[in-house]
Amino acid sequence: MDETKESLQKRWTHLRKVLERPGPFSHPEFEPSPDILDFILSSCKLLIIGAGGLGCELLKDLAMMGFKHIHIIDMDVIDLSNLNRQFLFRHKDIGVSKAEVAAKYVNGRIQGCQVVPHYCTIQEKDEEFYRQFHVIVCGLDSIPARRWINGMVVSLLNYDDAGILDQSSIIPLVDGGTEGFKGNARVVLPGITACVECTLDLYPPQVTYPLCTIANTPRLPEHCIEYVKLVQWPKENPFGVALDGDDAQHLMWLHEKAVERASQFNIQGVTFRLVQGVVKNIIPAVASTNAVVAAVCATEVFKLATSCCTPLNNFMVFNDVDGIYTYTYEAERKENCIVCCNVPQMLSIEDPGKMKLSDIIEILCSDPKFQMKNPGLTTTINGSNKTLYIPTIEAIEKRTRENLNKTLQDLGLNDGQEIVVADITTPTSLIIKLTFKTVDIEMG
Amino acid sequence: MIKLFSLKQQKKDGEASQRTGNTKKASAAQLRITKDINELNLPKTCNTEFPDPDDLLSFKLIICPDEGFYKGGRFVFSFKVGPNYPHEPPKVKCETQVYHPNIDQQGNVCLNILREDWKPVLTINSIVYGLQYLFLEPNAEDPLNRDAAEVLTSNRRLFEQNVQKAIRGGYVGNVYFDRCLK
Repeated sequence: MDETKESLQKRWTHLRKVLERPGPFSHPEFEPSPDILDFILSSCKLLIIGAGGLGCELLKDLAMMGFKHIHIIDMDVIDLSNLNRQFLFRHKDIGVSKAEVAAKYVNGRIQGCQVVPHYCTIQEKDEEFYRQFHVIVCGLDSIPARRWINGMVVSLLNYDDAGILDQSSIIPLVDGGTEGFKGNARVVLPGITACVECTLDLYPPQVTYPLCTIANTPRLPEHCIEYVKLVQWPKENPFGVALDGDDAQHLMWLHEKAVERASQFNIQGVTFRLVQGVVKNIIPAVASTNAVVAAVCATEVFKLATSCCTPLNNFMVFNDVDGIYTYTYEAERKENCIVCCNVPQMLSIEDPGKMKLSDIIEILCSDPKFQMKNPGLTTTINGSNKTLYIPTIEAIEKRTRENLNKTLQDLGLNDGQEIVVADITTPTSLIIKLTFKTVDIEMG
Repeated sequence: MIKLFSLKQQKKDGEASQRTGNTKKASAAQLRITKDINELNLPKTCNTEFPDPDDLLSFKLIICPDEGFYKGGRFVFSFKVGPNYPHEPPKVKCETQVYHPNIDQQGNVCLNILREDWKPVLTINSIVYGLQYLFLEPNAEDPLNRDAAEVLTSNRRLFEQNVQKAIRGGYVGNVYFDRCLK
């Protein structure tokens, strides 16, 4: 079908009003044009991470907004308890991949939409996969996953030799989060605005109880459940396997034992639901909060993709526990953020077949740019960590000493390899990127 | 303001010129633990063992106190650092059976910075010092091993004897302790 024809359809008249003429809220540098709508409809490629409460909303919002090329990734399958708010799923879908069902539903319902599902963890996808997207939007419920995708988009940044960021390598990250009646949305422009790691201390720590209280002076039903989970389960190991919060038998056992313990201490309120909640760290999800936060995120994706308005700068909190409250502020970059301020330092290598690891350490200590004292070096090769040399810990020094005399080639270090360097002279680990001057293209 | 739209159009044409790195970048936890380990400043009573030197996320700490109740003993702790470090503390277990008010028979350790008082500014070193302190000043107020705590408050002499008995190997009450002399 002719693209220009589609953008003239009545379906998109509202978008054309925003994209084909300036408005009071449009950015001063915004150049209205019909091409922008074509971009949305034909080439803009989005990734939604998570097909749960936020993910369903996001997918619906973005697909109906006109985005056609949407990938959605989720490692989970549909559970009965999802159906009240994850509206792309039906009872018959229980046990099936969330991403696949969501994609199928939207593709069938919204004309021209091509949602591609990925039923796997985000960690299974590589740089090439993530690099293809214009914007990535997250509806996640876990901090490790946020940190991972944040680290990924930062690692996709390219800097030129003078250390200037190549703006075309920026993939904006829009992140939504909800917890009961509270939620937040944020926009991360990797390398430019605060990243997830910069503001890591914003996340509340997981609720933990002092072990001694749990063991000796429990006062709350939660204390009894934690005791059974932390002490009784490992001790009695009733099913001979690790505790699985999704296994009904395991939960029943925990419930029974927790009730026993609660009655010993005269504590009321150990219910099966509470056991489930404590073990799986469940926070009741509220559909309306998801809808609000997803709508904010989808609007931000639209603003980023079209440049029609200035994007959220850069963090919005939403709370409707009691009335409605929202607030927007600019989260600041952390000066020594271990992820986004850690611009890899280039180290050019003449001959990787002759250069030894000890020569690298010599450079790190003598080069005026580094002036290190006693650096420890690790790296990641094919996804697994490798300790190159750590001088300060006897147990490791002994076993990595032989690496000192090996050449970079022997150690499996390639052109573009990033090496993590820790030294007392810097507050965080540095990343050194090896660039080989002579790359033998013939040898592959 | 970044104009994603026009930039991306350029990017599409120049996609092939992107540097293709198939080496995965180190995780934030890896960056941080490399720093923590390289700067471990162990007191002379402590030592570490790394079963796999490439895996800095899993190691053992051996404490041999040179004073206090536990002098002469050798106590092994296992450290497991998760992918969410330093947002979450490492999981630390005592692998040696020990008669101690703050360590139970399953090896759980009651040290505030390992659970409720953990903060990302703390390091592996902080935990090492915390654990060493537990051997110098066992705390009877918030016990995990109640019997040991009661003995410590009521009869320090007996507590000392019990500790030494356990270190040499043998029964304290009806609990058997393996020998863990240095």
